[in-house]
Amino acid sequence: MNRAYDKSARLVCGALDIDLAELNDWNCCGASAYMAIHELRAHLLSARNLAIAEKEKKDLVVVCPACLTTLTKTNHYLAEDSRFKRTICAGLKAANLQYWGSVKVRHLLDVIVRDIGENEVKARIKRKLTGLKVAPYYGCQLTRPFGEIDDKEFPTILDTLLKWIGTEPVNFPLKAKCCGGLLMMTNEDVALVLNRNLLDCAQQNGAECIATICPLCHMNIETYQGDVNKMFGTNFRIPALYFTQLMGLAFGFSRKELGINEELIQSQGVLEKHLEVIR
Amino acid sequence: MYEDRAERRAHALSDVFLHAVYGIPGGDKIKECIQCGTCSASCPTSYAMDYTPREIIAAFRAGLLERVLRSNTIWLCASCYSCTVRCPSGIKLTDIMYELKRLAIEFGLAQEGAKAPVLAKLFVNIVDKNGRIAEVPLVSKFMLKTNPLGMLKMIPRAAKLFVRGRMPLLPHRIKGTAELEKCAGTMTEALISGLHPGPMGREEN
Amino acid sequence: MAEKIGVYICHCGTNIGKTVDCKAVAEYACLLPNVVVARDYQYTCSDPGQEMIKNDIRELGLTRVVVASCSPLMHEPTFRRAVEGAGLNPFLFQMANIREQCSWITEDRELATARAKVIVSAAVMRVNFNEPLQVQKVPVNPNVLIVGGGITGIEAALQIADSGKKVYLVEKEATIGGFMARFDKTFPTLDCAACILTPKMVSVGQHPNIELLSYSDVTDFSGYVGNFTARIRRRPRYVDEDKCTGCGQCEQKCPLSVPSEFECGLGKRKAIYRPFPQAVPSTPVIDREHCLCFTKGVCKVCQKFCPRGAIDFEQEEKYVDVQVGSVILATGFDLFDASRIKEYGYGRLPNVITSLEFERLTHASGPTAGKILLRNGKPPESVAIVHCVGSRDLNYNEYCSRVCCMYSLKTAHLVHEKTEAKVYEFYIDMRAFGKGYEEFYKRLLHEDVTFIRGRVAEVTDVPQNLSEKGKLIVVAEDTLLGIVRRVPVDLVVLSVGLEPRRDVVQVAHTFRISRSKDGFFLEKHPKLAPVSTAGDGIFIAGSCQGPKDIPDSVAQGAAAAANVLSLVDRREVELEPTIALIHEESCSGCKICIGLCPYNAISFDEAGKRAVIATALCKGCGVCVAACPSGAIEQQNFTGRQLLAEVEAICAQ
Repeated sequence: MNRAYDKSARLVCGALDIDLAELNDWNCCGASAYMAIHELRAHLLSARNLAIAEKEKKDLVVVCPACLTTLTKTNHYLAEDSRFKRTICAGLKAANLQYWGSVKVRHLLDVIVRDIGENEVKARIKRKLTGLKVAPYYGCQLTRPFGEIDDKEFPTILDTLLKWIGTEPVNFPLKAKCCGGLLMMTNEDVALVLNRNLLDCAQQNGAECIATICPLCHMNIETYQGDVNKMFGTNFRIPALYFTQLMGLAFGFSRKELGINEELIQSQGVLEKHLEVIR
Repeated sequence: MYEDRAERRAHALSDVFLHAVYGIPGGDKIKECIQCGTCSASCPTSYAMDYTPREIIAAFRAGLLERVLRSNTIWLCASCYSCTVRCPSGIKLTDIMYELKRLAIEFGLAQEGAKAPVLAKLFVNIVDKNGRIAEVPLVSKFMLKTNPLGMLKMIPRAAKLFVRGRMPLLPHRIKGTAELEKCAGTMTEALISGLHPGPMGREEN
Repeated sequence: MAEKIGVYICHCGTNIGKTVDCKAVAEYACLLPNVVVARDYQYTCSDPGQEMIKNDIRELGLTRVVVASCSPLMHEPTFRRAVEGAGLNPFLFQMANIREQCSWITEDRELATARAKVIVSAAVMRVNFNEPLQVQKVPVNPNVLIVGGGITGIEAALQIADSGKKVYLVEKEATIGGFMARFDKTFPTLDCAACILTPKMVSVGQHPNIELLSYSDVTDFSGYVGNFTARIRRRPRYVDEDKCTGCGQCEQKCPLSVPSEFECGLGKRKAIYRPFPQAVPSTPVIDREHCLCFTKGVCKVCQKFCPRGAIDFEQEEKYVDVQVGSVILATGFDLFDASRIKEYGYGRLPNVITSLEFERLTHASGPTAGKILLRNGKPPESVAIVHCVGSRDLNYNEYCSRVCCMYSLKTAHLVHEKTEAKVYEFYIDMRAFGKGYEEFYKRLLHEDVTFIRGRVAEVTDVPQNLSEKGKLIVVAEDTLLGIVRRVPVDLVVLSVGLEPRRDVVQVAHTFRISRSKDGFFLEKHPKLAPVSTAGDGIFIAGSCQGPKDIPDSVAQGAAAAANVLSLVDRREVELEPTIALIHEESCSGCKICIGLCPYNAISFDEAGKRAVIATALCKGCGVCVAACPSGAIEQQNFTGRQLLAEVEAICAQ
């Protein structure tokens, strides 16, 4: 449902010479809904991913904050709680897997901004997106609960990246507030209220589009924008783009390649105002 | 006499639940709750809850289990972690909410008509079967169970998504599903045999 | 000649007697070598008990005494004095602990009695080798150093100076007065802070026995109780204190205005300035980071207009060494930095201020002449006061800052008195513990302040409806009702907590004192010795020991003064003789001990190529004793012979 994220992320990583290899036979990390039924089994799922990554001698990069949180939690518990560790390792052993705790779990945004850096990103810019006003939407689980990547209330890492690629991140006080997550499925009314607040704030601050770093946030903000309008009588038409799609545009990839033509709320109009080829 | 039995059951359950919650990592911090209300005020969905997060903790400590488990509170938690990062006593409230979700489902005490437990159970079935989530089977089964008429309303959106190639119809099955089943089984055995007493305070099934 | 040992087994009521068969232990002790008498007694520490020991010493000619009772921490001094009273050297006494280390750790009577016998025999064997140590007496220098010129330091200084002793009062800022000089009214009496403080400040400035060293700090500190040396750095004011009359012309004429630290940046001061009009000393100071003469080499208008020629741009920093017998640290506190709590919006949202900034607004001589105004110059129509900012919070400071509930009430009162604004106070608990405090709370309840019991989760400027537009919205759960409330206000006052000063690590290091877990200076005993420290002669007072209000700060200042005067009037102080002793002939000059001594008590004698211990500095910690590879250092009263005798006695059982 969000293959645009996948496509654009791979393209951007390719352009930045980040060697991305899909984790062999990876499984669901056990976040949110799974955790509501099983705790240890959820961590076992994460541990399997970590063990496979360790075997392949690679760190794990994820594009979903929920995966980030669950995998990181598993790592923390394994390091801090010896009984937890013995239990999980007993489970892994049945698949002839071991995990020694060496795998680092990172979000792609964090890798690009902290490891790759400004110069490398700027060097690949082929299109200017000058004047494009973007609301940087972080959502909840990128910086909470651990706060390892950025500030838990007012992070700035995405703002920084958006500036590097030439866009104009707007002031967005609700940037790290909840989109409702899976509540859109189970308690739609409540989730719509949350999304309405986000869209309203973005619009009040002059945003022409919203940049996302989480597939579920993206879904709620974009795919359900029509439902927000229906429920509240509003008229939002704010396109949402993954940060990798915006980067991809700046790097010169086509809309089709980046999956931008798959969106429900067309960004064409907004983008056309600001896209400018360099050269 | 009926009341006695119910009271005894409630008492026994109360002990189990206290033990379970204290057993999750950092769970016994719940004893340090000063009832300041930061959690409730930070929670984006608390306005819709019948009992605020703080009230749930107070009810839990007072042994009012029915109130806790039958509330809509635990199902309205979106795990945004705002409460957890702001709690001045360092209580991992989000993790406690997850444990309450698990307890409510396990003991069949979830709120009448709550949809989230249905979604969670379907989610787990699909992941256990395929190793990964498959959105279309998840959503369609979920809608059938909870709101069949609502499915009709979803058709336009589904159609739009399908047309744009965003509807993967067939679930992808990983190779390691049997392996995962085996791992889970071994882990449960290890817990039950007592070699590795459940760090989460109780045995998983 | 063989020693004559007297052994006394104490019942300590039932504390020991219930578990240990004291009679049997006494009978057993009788049979030990050199023991001429062994008695058991109910309460040996009582007067008759002590008399009994003294009588035995006199009549039986005892040369050693062993008392088997409680921990030495309890009654070792008692028995040492008793023994001394009968003419025997107090160090020829040995205490055996058969309570904390015997009767209190088991209920098994047989086991306890057997163990007590072992403990007693060890003490008896050891005491044979005790030496009659002599206590060293050192004179106490009557001068006193007080570091910190806030209300606490001022109180201590005046008490000590009034008794005729000389006080060196060192203050870091250009004026004394501390935080209290910046407050408007104080709770619960609503006294004007300056009105009650400035007379004391003037007294300090004019007192013949107080040498005020302002704009200075202590860079070096050494010595031991009764004989300390402090090196004080006098920073250059670029104004001659002796010539300046405090006329204020320079300040008036100075062309450059910069944000004033005293006003929390809300008002301005000149580059040559006095922090506030009633500053003591009234000599201004030139801020060389902004002064045009220092930065650009121009101006010098102040010098032109000074009628006494007191401006001296060439002034240099000076060092002064003072000799004192005791020191009081009254260095005060710092406020919690509210910008750390991002969700409260301090620093991001314009009308979120701290309590201290509020004090400056409401102060008659503050930047708004006492009017409570928003950034846009208009008075607020609604004000929210937020408790517990940075306190009672695992994420910041775990402790309660003690004063904030009361000063929040005062803030509410001042807003109510000076504006028409609606006041909301968000609290978790209301801590009104002092004299007149609960009554003050009642007064505020009467004054139409809306109290909401709920800790504020965030302050936001994102409105959810029209009534919230353009306002600051304070979000908290009204826990008494179970409803989350969004309260739109114009002004938010954050009641920030108290913290140790930013340089507390450095100061602790200079004076070699410890800090407690919360970072404040560590007192010797929280109940019984709140102003003493582990270092003899070094005292702490006021909020550098922990957050406290003005009454408690003054009380501690006076308490520290009393401690100091007690020390000074003793004229000389006794040093514990259980210190390290170097057997010179065995010292190989390896110098290992020198670097290890935490008290810098060991130096190297180049001529004799040997280590030398300054007995007054040595605290008998034993590190050098353990480290010396030649075994040349022994600890008095803990010699190898004594300790081995104990071990042999125990192993012989």
